[in-house]
Amino acid sequence: MEVRVANVRKEFDRFPALRDVSLDIKSGELIALLGPSGSGKTTLLRLIAGLERPTRGKIFFGEEDASHKSIQERNVGFVFQHYALFRHMTVADNIGFGLKVRHGPTRPSAQEIRRRASELLDLVQLSGLEKRYPAQLSGGQRQRVALARAMAIEPRVLLLDEPFGALDAQVRRELRRWLREIHDTTGHTTVFVTHDQEEALELADRVVVMSQGRIEQVGTADEIYDKPNSPFVYGFIGESSSVPVKVEDGQVWIADRPIGLSAPQAQEGQATLFFRPHDVELVDGCSGCIAGTVAASRRVAGTRRVELEIGGERQRVEIELPVDHPAAQKSRVAFRPRRWKLFPAA
Amino acid sequence: MADPEIKSYAPHHESQSAAVTESPTARAVLMIVAFAFLGVFLLLPLIIVFNEAFSKGVGAYTEALSDPDTRSAIRLTLLVAAISVPLNVVFGISAAWAIAKFEFKGKAFLTTLIDLPFSVSPVISGLVYVLLFGAQGLLGGWLKAHGIVILFAVPGIVLATIFVTFPFVARELIPLMQEQGNGDEEAALSLGANGWQTFWYVTLPNVKWGLLYGVLLCNARAMGEFGAVSVVSGHIRGLTNTMPLHVEILYNEYNAVGAFAVASLLAGLALVTLVLKTLLEMRYGAEIAATRGH
Repeated sequence: MEVRVANVRKEFDRFPALRDVSLDIKSGELIALLGPSGSGKTTLLRLIAGLERPTRGKIFFGEEDASHKSIQERNVGFVFQHYALFRHMTVADNIGFGLKVRHGPTRPSAQEIRRRASELLDLVQLSGLEKRYPAQLSGGQRQRVALARAMAIEPRVLLLDEPFGALDAQVRRELRRWLREIHDTTGHTTVFVTHDQEEALELADRVVVMSQGRIEQVGTADEIYDKPNSPFVYGFIGESSSVPVKVEDGQVWIADRPIGLSAPQAQEGQATLFFRPHDVELVDGCSGCIAGTVAASRRVAGTRRVELEIGGERQRVEIELPVDHPAAQKSRVAFRPRRWKLFPAA
Repeated sequence: MADPEIKSYAPHHESQSAAVTESPTARAVLMIVAFAFLGVFLLLPLIIVFNEAFSKGVGAYTEALSDPDTRSAIRLTLLVAAISVPLNVVFGISAAWAIAKFEFKGKAFLTTLIDLPFSVSPVISGLVYVLLFGAQGLLGGWLKAHGIVILFAVPGIVLATIFVTFPFVARELIPLMQEQGNGDEEAALSLGANGWQTFWYVTLPNVKWGLLYGVLLCNARAMGEFGAVSVVSGHIRGLTNTMPLHVEILYNEYNAVGAFAVASLLAGLALVTLVLKTLLEMRYGAEIAATRGH
């Protein structure tokens, strides 16, 4: 099922949680809503589900305008952050709940409901736990039951709110791979919310990066990482260093020196230069490069990260050096970013 | 419910650390004081009630209880409880739901209002109804013109009882529902359940032990209420006398066996309530909110 979010605005007590958000989700796609807390990602998910109503704008399921449909009518599978399993029901009853509350001829027989529940438990690899209660399950198992329960109603869209948020790192990685497999098997259109960029980049077909109630960028993991379209995305996704610069005559300048980067397309004037700390090339001597004094040096796993003070204003930038590189000990280091991007100063 | 996590919340008595433990003498003194106090003020009266009731033998006891006026008082008390407790369950659940699950203006006011019966003397509660429904009261004329009798009749007794027992169910459920939040209900709705199904299959089972606890306390108070009911009942023997009122009348007539026989029934109710309450607390302590002791 395709889902289209068109110019949606959502206010809580006049405070805008989402400002004019538009998003097209393709059928069968696995999409991540990624952003810091307060970016509006959970609000967007709840709006798609029908747990909230938009203040302005519309939400389409396929061709149909679902903006004013209730959550029941939308037929979505929602997995809550803390699972919200019904504590007084067994695992099988939890999974069968959505079928049991159906009316009339669409309601399967009790036997059929049991069979479906077992089938789904097989799918989420929890066979044999039908009679357990949620309190008797581990966090990862509860997560799987919550997903099975959401899938039992044959939803048009599967929505997951921080699906791995409450689990420890080991279980997270396992479940991540498992969710991808489930998605590939069942082909549900799936949207999940996360604040963990590694999770989003690894798991999703496309990542929606959000900040302050707006969508900053939508793209594949490669697009988001290699071609960030805003200072926020550059800073939020992966490691980055930034330094204020000036663009003049198609050249990038720090203070009164050109640093050997030409930017003929860039807008003249004040700007900010972004690059990845590991994606730099060290140079000897300095005519057309960024040079600085090592102010701090830290060992980070397989590399060494140094902070350089550059220019007269002692601006600090971070770059990565090989552990055994002599430059790490030298007081003066010169480098040039291999890949970089300029954003005009706001 | 096979639910180990919840069971572990039940009250348990861990050994205290040495730093906060009193000396053995101090402990003994405290315990003796507590037991002596409870013995003199609570246990002794209870024993006397049963002792007096059976002072002239079992025959006199059963005879006292089969007196028609006594029978009628017992029936009336059961009727009043049978009406007021279910109504309070409905009111209590609605009020708790509204307060715990929604944000609205006047919520703090409503919460305070629910506690009003606890802070007002029951006699005042009764008098309010007299002022409202009495012959000279606010609605008295209108009621008389339409031939509706409330005061000095069963409706008045039921109203007064509802008033004094109103907080029991609501107060039990509000903190419980607040703590549980809306997550389970949202999950049920997302799975296609309608409002009624959500309430019946999800909300109610989540609060059932707290609700039962509230009902128990509410029932004990409904059957035992004296002050408010005394004001509105009119003390008509065989018609508007509830058990507590009947006890007073019999006692004032120097019918000790009769008075204490009825009193023993009320005391028995109290004991049963106490046992059930303790069992509920032991088993489902976590699911019963922390507002106890009313």
